Amino acid sequence: MTAEVIRGNSERSALATIRQGLSLTPEFRKGLVVTLLLAVVATIGKIIVPIAVQQTIDTGLRTGGPDTAYITWAILVCAGAVLLTAAAGYVMNVRLYKATESSLATLRVRGFRHVHDLSVLTQNTERRGALVSRVTNDIDQISTFMQWGGLMIIVAFGQLFVATVLMFVYSWQLTLLVWLCFIPLMIALPRFQRLLSRAYTTVRERTGDMLAAVSESVVGAAVIRAYASERRTAERIDQAVDANRRAQTRAQTIVGFVFPLTEIVAAVAIAGIVLLGVRLGLSGEITQGELVAFLFLITLFVSPLQTATEVLNEAQNAVAGWRRVLGVIDTPPDVADPGDEGVELPRGPISIAFEDVHFSYPGGVPVLREVTLEIPPRSRVAVVGETGSGKTTFAKLLTRLMDPGAGRVTVDGHDLRHIRFSSLRERIVMVPQDGFLFDGTLEANIRYGKPSATTDEIRLAMTELGLTDWLEGLPAGLDTAVGQRGESLSAGERQLVALARAYLADPDLLLLDEATSAVDPATEVRLARALEGVTRGRTAISIAHRLSTAENADEVLVFDEGRLVQRGHHTELAGRPGVYADLHASWISAAHS
Amino acid sequence: MASKVTSAVMRQGLRVLGVAIRTEKAVFALAVLASAVYGGMTVASAWALGWATQNVVLPAFGEGRAVAGALWTGTFLIMGTALLKALGVAGRRILAGILQYRMQARSRRDVTKQYLRLPLSWHHRHPTGQLLSNASADAEAAWAPLAPLPMAVGVIVMLITAAVAMLFTDLVLALVGFLIFPAIAVLNLVYQRKLSPLATRAQQLRAEVSEIAHESFDGALVVKTLGREDLETERFQRRAHELRDANIAVGRVRGLFDPMLEALPTIGVLAVLGVGSARLSGGSIDSGDLVQVAYLFTLLAFPIRALGWVLAELPRSVVGWQRVQAVLDASGSMEYGQAAATSPAPAALEVRGVSYAYGEAEVLHEVTFDVPAGRTVALVGPTGSGKSTLVQLLVRLVDPDRGQVLLDGMDVRELAHGGIAESVALVPQQTFLFDDTVRGNITLGLDAGDEDVRAALRLAQADGFVGRLADGLDTRVGERGTSLSGGQRQRLALARAVVRRPRLLILDDATSSVDPQVEAKILYGLRDAAEASTVVVVAYRMATIALADEVVYLDHGRVVDRGPHDELIGRCAGYRNLVTAYEREEAERAAIDVPAGEEEEVSA
Repeated sequence: MTAEVIRGNSERSALATIRQGLSLTPEFRKGLVVTLLLAVVATIGKIIVPIAVQQTIDTGLRTGGPDTAYITWAILVCAGAVLLTAAAGYVMNVRLYKATESSLATLRVRGFRHVHDLSVLTQNTERRGALVSRVTNDIDQISTFMQWGGLMIIVAFGQLFVATVLMFVYSWQLTLLVWLCFIPLMIALPRFQRLLSRAYTTVRERTGDMLAAVSESVVGAAVIRAYASERRTAERIDQAVDANRRAQTRAQTIVGFVFPLTEIVAAVAIAGIVLLGVRLGLSGEITQGELVAFLFLITLFVSPLQTATEVLNEAQNAVAGWRRVLGVIDTPPDVADPGDEGVELPRGPISIAFEDVHFSYPGGVPVLREVTLEIPPRSRVAVVGETGSGKTTFAKLLTRLMDPGAGRVTVDGHDLRHIRFSSLRERIVMVPQDGFLFDGTLEANIRYGKPSATTDEIRLAMTELGLTDWLEGLPAGLDTAVGQRGESLSAGERQLVALARAYLADPDLLLLDEATSAVDPATEVRLARALEGVTRGRTAISIAHRLSTAENADEVLVFDEGRLVQRGHHTELAGRPGVYADLHASWISAAHS
Repeated sequence: MASKVTSAVMRQGLRVLGVAIRTEKAVFALAVLASAVYGGMTVASAWALGWATQNVVLPAFGEGRAVAGALWTGTFLIMGTALLKALGVAGRRILAGILQYRMQARSRRDVTKQYLRLPLSWHHRHPTGQLLSNASADAEAAWAPLAPLPMAVGVIVMLITAAVAMLFTDLVLALVGFLIFPAIAVLNLVYQRKLSPLATRAQQLRAEVSEIAHESFDGALVVKTLGREDLETERFQRRAHELRDANIAVGRVRGLFDPMLEALPTIGVLAVLGVGSARLSGGSIDSGDLVQVAYLFTLLAFPIRALGWVLAELPRSVVGWQRVQAVLDASGSMEYGQAAATSPAPAALEVRGVSYAYGEAEVLHEVTFDVPAGRTVALVGPTGSGKSTLVQLLVRLVDPDRGQVLLDGMDVRELAHGGIAESVALVPQQTFLFDDTVRGNITLGLDAGDEDVRAALRLAQADGFVGRLADGLDTRVGERGTSLSGGQRQRLALARAVVRRPRLLILDDATSSVDPQVEAKILYGLRDAAEASTVVVVAYRMATIALADEVVYLDHGRVVDRGPHDELIGRCAGYRNLVTAYEREEAERAAIDVPAGEEEEVSA
C-alpha cells in the first residue's frame, strides 16, 4: 500500500491557498465587507492633518488677515472626523479579532481532529514536532498576519491611495515627482524581503540546532556524567548558541539597513517638493498651503514602506502556514471510518479471518505475504517470530491501524473496512509495547479506557488483574502522578497501567503486542495468569516474546519473513523441525544456559 | 506570576536592564549614542522643514521670487538631517540587536554550563521541560526589553530636544505639546498595564494548547487503539477556545487603545493649528514656526510608544530573569578529589553500607557487597528494588547519603573528575544518543581509531546494521537517535562502553530491547572479551544471570542474599521465586496442559 504523505510544500499558488483557506473559514468571511469598509473609513482619517494644515495656511495667510471663524469651524470639523475615524478603527479592530480568532480556532480544532483521523503510517511520515506545529505555530502565524500584516497591507494601500488622490487634487506635477522618488524603493523591496526571508530561515534553523544542543545537556545528563564528556558537550552547545546568535544578528543588521532607507527617500522627495513646488508656486499653479500639505502627505508614504519588508515577510510566512495547515486537512485519511454507513458489530466473542493478505510499507519490500488464516471465537492465540518477521504488522492490520495492500481482513465475517470505528475500537483493543501514559494521575490514565468508570470499578479492575499489591506500594495509590508521558514510572510500571487501561475498556478481543516485556518475571507470570482468567470466553491474541505464552496458547501462529509458515499447538510444532522448533531451542538455551 | 507593570516589577526590571548595561557597556553606549542622534535629528528634521517653509516657500509665494541661496541651504538641511537620522536608526537597530543577542547567548551558555556542572540529583528534582525552557524561552524573555531600550532612550532625548525647541519657538504652542505628550505617555502606560496580563494569559494558553497537541499526537497510538479521538478533540477544543477568547480579549484592548493613540497626536496637531493661527494673526509666530511644531507632532506620535514597549516587556523579562538566575544560583556540585586511577588491571569494586533516599523515601538501605577484580556479578531484584539507583551510585552519578563506594580500595569521591569515566563504563537502561554520527556517538571524544570502533560494534552485534547504513560510521543518527530502533540504539550504547576497554563494565538491563538470540551472542562475546574487566550486570533474564560468578539479590533496597546462582536458588526464596517464575509456570502448565493437548489431537 502507499501511505498518504501529509502535504505541506505543495505547488499550490499563494492565491489559490488563500482562496481555499478562506473557503474553510466561514466565520472570517461573514461580515468581512463591513470590516473592510470600516478600515477604509479609519484610513481616511490619515489625510485630515494635511488638509487641515493646507486650510490653515491658505486662509490664515490670505491678504486681509486670517478668517478665524472659518479656521475654528474647520478644525472642529476635522476633530470630529478624527474621533469618527478612531471609533471606526475600534469597531474594525474588534470585528477583525473576533472573526480571525473564531475562524482560526475552528481551523485549529479541525486540523487537530484530522491528524488523529490520519492513519498511523501517515502520521509517521512526519516528526511529532512538525505535526504539532501545524495546529499551533502555523495557525499563530496566520493569525498574526491577519491581525497585523494583512491589516497593514490594506491600510498601506488605502493610505497610499487617499494620499495620492489628495496630492493629485493639489498638483499632478508634484504627485508625479513623489511617485518617481518612491517607485525605485518599491521595486527594490521584494528583493530586500527575499534577503530577509533567507536570513530568518537561517535563524529558524540555527534556533532548532541550538535547542537540540541544549536539550542534550538535560536529557543526556546521566550519560554525559558517566562518560565525563561535559567539556565536549559544552563546546557543542557553545557553538550552536553562537551560530544562533550570529544568524540573529545578521537578520537584525539587514533590517537595520533596509528600514531607514525610506527616511532617505522621503527626504529626497521633500527636497524635490520644495524645489519644484517653489517653481510651480511662482507660476501660480499651487498655493503655499498645498505645498506644505504635500510635506505632511509624504509622511503617509513612510510608514507603509518602512514596514513593507516585514509585512511581505509575514505574508510569505502566513501563506506557508496556510499551506501546511491545509496540507493536513487535505490529506485524505487512507484508513477511513465508514461512519454511519458502516456495520455495527453485536457484542460477543470475536472471530477473525485473513484472506490472502499482503502488505508492504511505502517504498519498501513486502513485510506480509499471502497470509490466510482464521481465528475462531474464544481462542487464545500466540504470534511468534523473529524481529522483522511481520508480527507487529499482523497486529496493526488486525486492529485496522493500517489496511492491507491486497486481500482482506474480516471480523465476524465483515470486512474490517466496513465496520464503524466506534464499534471496532470498542470491541477490539490492542495494547502496544510502549506503555504511553498521559500526564495526570494513575486513575485518570486507567479511566481513559472507559471514561464512565467509577473509582470502584477501577479498583476492581486492578484487583482482577492482581495488581493491588503493586498499587498499594505506590506513594499515593491511584492518585500517583505519572508525569509527562508517564516518565515518573518505570517502563514496567507503565506497561501495567497500559494493560489495566485496556482491560477496563472491556473489549471482546484483546491483542497484546509484547505488552509486558519490561515487567519483572514474577509479576509478568502473575499478570499472565490473571489475564487468562479474565479473558476467558473472549478472543485473546498475544505477540509473544517468551516461551510460556506460546505454550499456553490454543494455537501458535509462526511468522517468518512475512509469511505465516506454521500454525498449530505448541507441543505439535515443537516436535517437528521448522522455524518454531528453532525459536523454541533458542528460548530454551536463553533460559537455561 | 508578575504580569502587571507594578512599581516592584519596574524596579526589578530596571535592575535586570542594569545588568545588561554593565555587561555590555560599550555596545550599550554606542547604541544609545546612535539613538540619541536619531532622536535629535528627528526634531532637527522638523526644524529644517519649518526653516524651509519660512525662508524658501513663503518668500517665493509672498514676494514671487525664489532665493537660490536659501533654496540650496534648505535642501541641504533637509537631506543632511535625514541622512544623520537614517544613520542613527540603522546604528540603533543593529547595536540593539547585538546587545540583545549577546546577552541572550551569554545566559544560554551560563545556564547550560550549570546544567553540566550540577549533580544528577539536582536534575532529578527538575522536570526536563522546565530546564529546556529556562535555557530557551526564559533566556529570551529576560533580555527582550533590550531590543526597544536604546530607542526608548533616544525617544527621551527626542522629547527633551522637542520641548526645548518648542519653548524657543512659542510658549503657547509649547503648552499644547506639554499637554498632549504626557497624555500620550500616560495613555500608553495605561494601555500596557491593561494589555500585559491579558497578553501573558494568551501566551500561557498558547503553550497549553501546544502541550495538549504534543501529548495527544505522541499518544496517537493509544488514542487510536481505544478510539478516543472525540475525547481528545474535545480536550483540545476546550483549550483552543479559551485561547481564542483570550486573544479576542487582547484584541479588544488593542482595538481600543491603538486608534486612541493614533487620534491623540492628530488632535494635538489640530490644536496646534487652531492655537497657532490665532498666534499667527497676533504676529507672535511665523508660518514656519507653525509648520515646524505641527510637523514635530506628526513625527513624535509614533516613537513615543517605544517607552511603552520597554515597559510591556518588563514583567516577562523579570520572570525570565528570575528563572534563569535560579538556575545560575543553584548550589551543590560534585566535589572531586585529585587521585588518578592508573592501573590497567580489572578494577575491584566494594560497596560499604550505602544508603540513598529520593527526598523522604529511602530506596537503598545499608547495601554492602563487593566485586573482586575480574569477576562478573549480577544484580537481581524485582521492579522497584533499587537496582538502577545502586548503579548510579557505582559510577558516582549521585553520592550516597551514607556509606562508601570504593574502586580499587579508594573512595570514588577521591578520584579526580573524569577519573571514574576512565576506568568505568556504564550502559544505562534508557539509551541516550547524541545528534551526531555513529562514530561520534561511540567515541564521545575518545581518541579511538576506526578499527577500535568497528571491533566494539562487532562485540555489540551492531556491525551488521551499521554496515547497512547509508554512510556507515558517518551516518548521523538524528535527534536522540530516533532513526534507529530501540534494539539498535541499545547496541550502539553498548559499543560506546566497550570501545573504552573499561576496567569495570556496568550493564543496567542494557539489552532489554534486543532479540534473545542476538542478546545471547552479545553476552557470549562479552564473556570472552571481558577477561580484562570486571562486570556488574543488572538483569532478569536467566541467560544473563548465568554468565555471572556471583549474584547479589536485592529487594526493597536491601541486599537479601548473595552468592553463586546455584546456591542462592537453593536458599533464597525471593530469588528463586523471581528467576524461576517462567520455569515454574512452564512446569505447572505442562501438568495442566496435557489434557488440553490431547483434546486438540482428538479434534484435529
